[in-house]
Amino acid sequence: MNSLIDLLSITILLMNLMMLSSSRISTCIRIVAFQGILFGLMPFVIHSHAIALGAMIYSIVSIGLKGFVFPWLLFRAQREANIRKEVEPIGGYPLSLLMGVAMFLVSFWLSSRLPYIRTVSSDLVMPVSFMTFFTGAFIIVGRMKALTQVIGYLVLENGVYLFGAALLIEQPFLVELAILLDIFVAVFVMGIAIFHISREFDNIDTQNLSQLKDWVNTK
Amino acid sequence: METIDMIRSILQSTLILAVSPFLFGIINRTKAFFAGRKGSPLLQLYYDIYKLSRKSAVYSRTITRVFIAGPIVGLGAILSATMLVPFAGRASFISFEGDIILFIYLFGLTRFVAVLAALDTGSSFEGMGASREVQFAVFAEPALFLSMAALARVTGVTSLSAIYSNLNAISWTTWSPVFLLVAGAIFIIFLAENSRIPVDDPNTHLELTMIHEVMVLDHGGVDLAFILYGSAVKFWILGTLVAGIFFGAHSRGWMVDYSLFIIGMVLFAFIVGAVESVLARLRLLKVPHFLIVALALSVLALAFTMR
Repeated sequence: MNSLIDLLSITILLMNLMMLSSSRISTCIRIVAFQGILFGLMPFVIHSHAIALGAMIYSIVSIGLKGFVFPWLLFRAQREANIRKEVEPIGGYPLSLLMGVAMFLVSFWLSSRLPYIRTVSSDLVMPVSFMTFFTGAFIIVGRMKALTQVIGYLVLENGVYLFGAALLIEQPFLVELAILLDIFVAVFVMGIAIFHISREFDNIDTQNLSQLKDWVNTK
Repeated sequence: METIDMIRSILQSTLILAVSPFLFGIINRTKAFFAGRKGSPLLQLYYDIYKLSRKSAVYSRTITRVFIAGPIVGLGAILSATMLVPFAGRASFISFEGDIILFIYLFGLTRFVAVLAALDTGSSFEGMGASREVQFAVFAEPALFLSMAALARVTGVTSLSAIYSNLNAISWTTWSPVFLLVAGAIFIIFLAENSRIPVDDPNTHLELTMIHEVMVLDHGGVDLAFILYGSAVKFWILGTLVAGIFFGAHSRGWMVDYSLFIIGMVLFAFIVGAVESVLARLRLLKVPHFLIVALALSVLALAFTMR
């Protein structure tokens, strides 16, 4: 049982690294979809002995949304905005990969310092959830395209979700569902926003958004 | 008992020296099979080495003794590494605490003399190859060190043969993440060090894209035979580091172990051949990225041993 959790955690960890090092946006979407499915399975594995009906429904809904609906929305946004690659990320991919390793080491240290109740059956779950969280934040900051930033947002939420799933036995069911609804609306709205940005500017580079001001300083 | 162990370890080293060129034949056959060709004979490298060793080397007028010393020192370092490497999870000829560092730096020495010899020719192409070789080594060497450190931490010893003989006693269920990550990291390093396909193409004849092959362009005759034989032995030794993780068991008699291990190495050569046939070569700019993946995997493996 323990080794299964370990295996899932390491898979998620390696997927984070893959996401940090891949330049193709479609690859990133596929990874985030697969990751969503794995994260949905996580509560079953962690609390396999006593899983409540509510949590089960929530997991299934979350697998459906993150594994299938979001990728579909993102692929549609990608097709409409007509982009395939992240062109120039801040730092570059090898550096991102090394940053990912550094983030993992930091989260390892961080989770060893946390005085959380030791109900978690594997000591890998906490570091991996922190690492996923950091990866999402890093993608949001370090990547230029709006679509990649949406993916970063999803990854970040996955990290938060895993943190909750690892710690809490009693899940406040309604709160979780509300969060899921929020993400759904966010991804939906961002998909539309991306389409409009790309129509206005011919690309979805968020650097260009700084042009949106009343008075442009002409040097 | 002492003499038996002595004889056995001498036998191991001789076996490595005798069998290693055979693996290249297997790789070439596998690649030929994938490409739908018949392929060169399995013992081709033996013929090549025999043919080259009867020829005398031709030297250019610009070279110094550094060039002549290159292949000799290189082969010497690799043969010394053969003494350190375990065989089928059994102790090697020489082993002491901390010999992993010597082991890794023997390969560093090989690379150093090869680079010096290449630079000594004064050819711009060879200089380019040398620069690439050194650049990739910057990423490969720390990764190898960290992987070995992870294995040393799991087993609690720092000698190469002790690590690989202790690996059998350690349960796969608790440490399987570490083993798999280390195996992945060493496999990537293995491909880079032996100039196999995703990193370098051993068959290419275009100087601009070559890495390792371009450095040995000016060597001929006996020198080239030394280099070819050295690379074959190096292939075996580094392959042992990967295969040893999976084929290390020594619960049965040593005859069974030896044959199992050799079968494991042949299987490993098949896998390398298949990888070479399936993958395309990476662009030169992407190679450091590929090696950083190895570095990341080894750091992760080391981090897992720390918990």
